[in-house]
Amino acid sequence: MIAAQARHVGWVLRSNPITAVAAVAATLLCFIALIGPSIVSYDPIASDVASALQPPSAAHWAGTDQLGRDVLARIVYAARLDLAIAASAVFLSFIVGALIGSVCGYAGGRIDRFVGRLVDVLMAFPLFVLAMAMVVALGNRVENIVIATAIINLPFYIRFARAEVNVRRDAGWVEAARAGGEGHLAIVLRFLLPNVLPAMAVQISLNLGWAILNAAGLSFIGLGVKAPTPEWGIMVAEGARFISTGKWWLVAFPGLALMLTVLCFNLLGDGLRDILDPRMRT
Amino acid sequence: MSGLGHTAKRAGQRLVTSLPALFGVLVFTFVLMRVLPGDPAVFFASGPNSSQEDIEMIRRQMGLDKPLPTQLVLYLYDIGRGNLGRSLITGQPVLSDLRERLPASLELTFAALILALGAAIPLGVFAALRANSLIDHAVRFFCSLGVCVPTFVSGLLLIYAFYYLWGIAPDPTGRIDIFTSQPTRVTGFLLIDYLIAGDLDGWAAAFRQILLPAITMALFVMAPLARMTRAAMLASLGSDFVRTARSIGLSDWRVIVVYALRNAILPVLTITGIVFSTMLGANVLVEKVFSWPGVASYALDALLASDYAPVQGFVLLMASIFVLVNLVVDVLYGMADPRVTVE
Repeated sequence: MIAAQARHVGWVLRSNPITAVAAVAATLLCFIALIGPSIVSYDPIASDVASALQPPSAAHWAGTDQLGRDVLARIVYAARLDLAIAASAVFLSFIVGALIGSVCGYAGGRIDRFVGRLVDVLMAFPLFVLAMAMVVALGNRVENIVIATAIINLPFYIRFARAEVNVRRDAGWVEAARAGGEGHLAIVLRFLLPNVLPAMAVQISLNLGWAILNAAGLSFIGLGVKAPTPEWGIMVAEGARFISTGKWWLVAFPGLALMLTVLCFNLLGDGLRDILDPRMRT
Repeated sequence: MSGLGHTAKRAGQRLVTSLPALFGVLVFTFVLMRVLPGDPAVFFASGPNSSQEDIEMIRRQMGLDKPLPTQLVLYLYDIGRGNLGRSLITGQPVLSDLRERLPASLELTFAALILALGAAIPLGVFAALRANSLIDHAVRFFCSLGVCVPTFVSGLLLIYAFYYLWGIAPDPTGRIDIFTSQPTRVTGFLLIDYLIAGDLDGWAAAFRQILLPAITMALFVMAPLARMTRAAMLASLGSDFVRTARSIGLSDWRVIVVYALRNAILPVLTITGIVFSTMLGANVLVEKVFSWPGVASYALDALLASDYAPVQGFVLLMASIFVLVNLVVDVLYGMADPRVTVE
């Protein structure tokens, strides 16, 4: 069984080398986020006005910003914060969404309809605007970016888990568990949830990219992360003031970091979906 | 005739079922805005001479001294009469502010949608006709790339290339530069108003101004459209009716466009509706980058100044547009495929 699965994974990776590249890149990215700060030689906060706004050179590979800080160093430092925000937001909504969704799918009836309506209301919002409003409401802090991003991700997980559980609730093995005297809660937690999680895990990778874009967008408009902290969205926002005078590196390099990170997670998610469900491929 | 009545019935049902969601949005925004930090009364009374009484007076003026449920009922009553409150920043009624600025946002969104569809449908069809060829992979890669670049980055890079480097694009701020005369306002859509006024130079100027922000947004939403077109085209190209059409010797063009594409357009329509609402949210970032005087940047400014009424009005507007778009998609659905029935 496991050997067959491994063969299948190997086959998918060979026939779709992009997924393999994406997996390697994602690992590398996490590695940089973890040890990055100890390999860069510049301070990401301390300003050095004498060497402000220098284009990329041998000393500063990605140039320097308006306060003379090394752009590359700031990008590397920011990787940890950006990945941490996105990962914790997605993890949070994954857990909560899976629980709510599977309870709804299993219970059906009034609870299901009520939550369904609630999800509809949530989806009727322009989600980015909702995230903005929530960060302002909860307080302009990084934790609240995580919470806002988690909440706007929630509807997808709830719907997904609900649909997956709903088709299984009357399956033979659930019936058997019920006949064997298992309580409802135990059936949901020990029987249904484990069957739904693998399919949902694919969504995590796809949503990670989206969460990063979302968090960066929020800090771009001035919410969440405060000024001297290195973060990709805020770096782009600071660089925006200098773009029409031709200082492209302030925007291009953090933008590149954002793009590559999101691309990497998206490709990985697509690949994982192919592994899990070859029919879904488009 | 019965088809028309059928469509109308579908649309009506859709509208009724979306009312609770709209109401929910309304209550939700109301509560959300009330838990926002910062007392707007204090915010707007903050002058060197403002005393406790002044603050109390402003609070009474805004109805903030009443209990929350009463405030909610008053709010709903006001909305029923078309009164969305008054913006504290601009001093204007929110409704007239939104009416003033909505055309700018809609013009940008529609321009972007037209660009995106115009590029994505041919690309998707082409990719499906040559499935798994180099072109197919190139289209797929290009589109995947588009989703990954945040709009605020691609917008700024487009400004750098087209404005700073090559000097082709006009100054990327606002809908029209200050030296060009505005057309008389008929629809609020500059591109249409200039045509009505017969001012072709003005039209060209407005067109050049909208091109960069529209491209920025189009790049971001092309991927789902192209992917869906490709998948739907693949399915319909492999179907029996296409084989039959081919076998009786119809021209390639006719088979592809009339038979295959028409049947493939349904899922694309659905996705277009979703994409449209994504764009409404993404507007915030694009409007900020290009200083576009739309409703999203208006709401952002209000939000940062803890000015309740405009944000509530904006969210309500967005939700209504979202419902309306779904309705239009539904009607178009019925027109594209009369077999679709009410569930």
